[in-house]
Amino acid sequence: MSLHKSRHLTGRGSHATSSTCRLHASSEVATRIADILHTPRSRFRLVVALGCGALPLQTACRPVEEAPSRYASAQEPPPRVVRAQYPVAPPPFSEDIFPCSECHSPTDKVNRTPHKLEFHEEIVLRHDEKNRWCLDCHDAVNRDQLHLADGRPVKFTESYRLCGQCHGPTLRNWQAGEHGKRTGSWSGDKQYLLCASCHSPHSPRFKPMKPLAPPVRQEHIR
Amino acid sequence: MRSLPVLPMPAPEPPTAARYSRREVVVMGLFALAATAAESGCAVDKRALDAFVQQHFRDLSPEELKQRLAQMEKRYTEEYGKNVRVSATPPIPGVLYGYALDLSRCIGCRKCVYACVDENNQSRDPQTHWITVLEMDKEHGVDLLRANAFYDHETVPAPGKFYMPVQCQQCDNPPCVKVCPVEATWREPDGIVVIDYDWCIGCRCCVTACPYGARHFNWTKPGLPADQVNPNTEYLGNRPRPRGVVEKCTFCIQRVRNGRYPACVEICPVGARKFGNLLDPEGEIRYIIENKRVFILKEELNTQPKFFYYYGL
Repeated sequence: MSLHKSRHLTGRGSHATSSTCRLHASSEVATRIADILHTPRSRFRLVVALGCGALPLQTACRPVEEAPSRYASAQEPPPRVVRAQYPVAPPPFSEDIFPCSECHSPTDKVNRTPHKLEFHEEIVLRHDEKNRWCLDCHDAVNRDQLHLADGRPVKFTESYRLCGQCHGPTLRNWQAGEHGKRTGSWSGDKQYLLCASCHSPHSPRFKPMKPLAPPVRQEHIR
Repeated sequence: MRSLPVLPMPAPEPPTAARYSRREVVVMGLFALAATAAESGCAVDKRALDAFVQQHFRDLSPEELKQRLAQMEKRYTEEYGKNVRVSATPPIPGVLYGYALDLSRCIGCRKCVYACVDENNQSRDPQTHWITVLEMDKEHGVDLLRANAFYDHETVPAPGKFYMPVQCQQCDNPPCVKVCPVEATWREPDGIVVIDYDWCIGCRCCVTACPYGARHFNWTKPGLPADQVNPNTEYLGNRPRPRGVVEKCTFCIQRVRNGRYPACVEICPVGARKFGNLLDPEGEIRYIIENKRVFILKEELNTQPKFFYYYGL
């Protein structure tokens, strides 16, 4: 039925549009459509094409609120669990040095101006030494703990909070398990190493080390 | 449309009442042989006979497997003079192992190489290493043609160099598995590509198929001193290998299926190696893939490794 109708339309169009270019063009389109609709297979193709074309149209016409929220997660990743405390290995104190209060008394008079020490000569500060000195991290009153830049005390077992003041992204990566080494179980309880377990706080850069033996070359394997 | 010519097919053979499978025929033949040998007073190696008529690991019933493990434990315990345990731990459901290695941290100390040797009972002499640490120029980036595995410096890292350890990448689309003519190697549900050393025929097709040089062949009986044997072994992992079979890294299957980290992760002095479950959205591997510059080695080969290199800095 529709086929006959379109043919009829084509015929009428070709007569009426000989005057203007625009109408002539539209009649050509109509002729094409008629040709396309001529065989059953091409009719089927057209219906499929129209259907496929209509699908995205339908999606686009949907109200914005109903749009699938599959990109929402890309914009706002789920918040990672940031714990207040991490199971860490004991702080790596030098032998017989802790607690510091065995030598330092809270009542001691403290010279808070940066100066060269007469004790602890073995400690060479190679950690922003131009701008920092001992009491920027160590607490002058309670020697058995550290302090943040704002003066709040921090235990040696939570020293990562102190390090994270300057090394924020590193702390974030450490919390996520990307920076540093974790031991224990990949599926269960893990133990973190403190920053100071690998990096000496006074000279944090890794020292070069001797590599183990190179592999035997294949030609020397017997 | 023209139809393709159809070749006339021979009529299917009528099923005979008494057909023997190939296996049964072989077993019968061997029994006959054994009987003859026993009668004639020859010593028959029962172990060799058992090994010859064994079944594929994946076709074993739980009882058969238990029996096989017990036999192995007995054999290794006799051979190495210590209580060697062989287990066949099944994969954990919902787990796909992933590995990440931070190239900006690795210093090329080779501690992982030797930790792997100790953990996985590799041959000491002749030497077999499952991990190869490549030294490359920072100037040229990752360029395998300029890589050197035999560097021997006083101290590492050497100036201007970086290090790239390469081991089995545990591909999701492993070429080594595809080429194996006897299905002696396969990918486990948790993503680990394993080898059944008792099924391997030593054709070394997989060695040539692997684009990462991760598979190693035992040309002789592995030189494994009894005092250095790691007695905690896995059937598809670090149990002592015979001569003439191929072996490779299994992410320390005997450790990771029991929740532990691989030996190379635990030994790394700079924390460059990361390991975890790829299916755990909170895990460190997923964090690295989502937040770091990650790449895989020889991506163009579509091997789909689960070993990710990245630059942490």
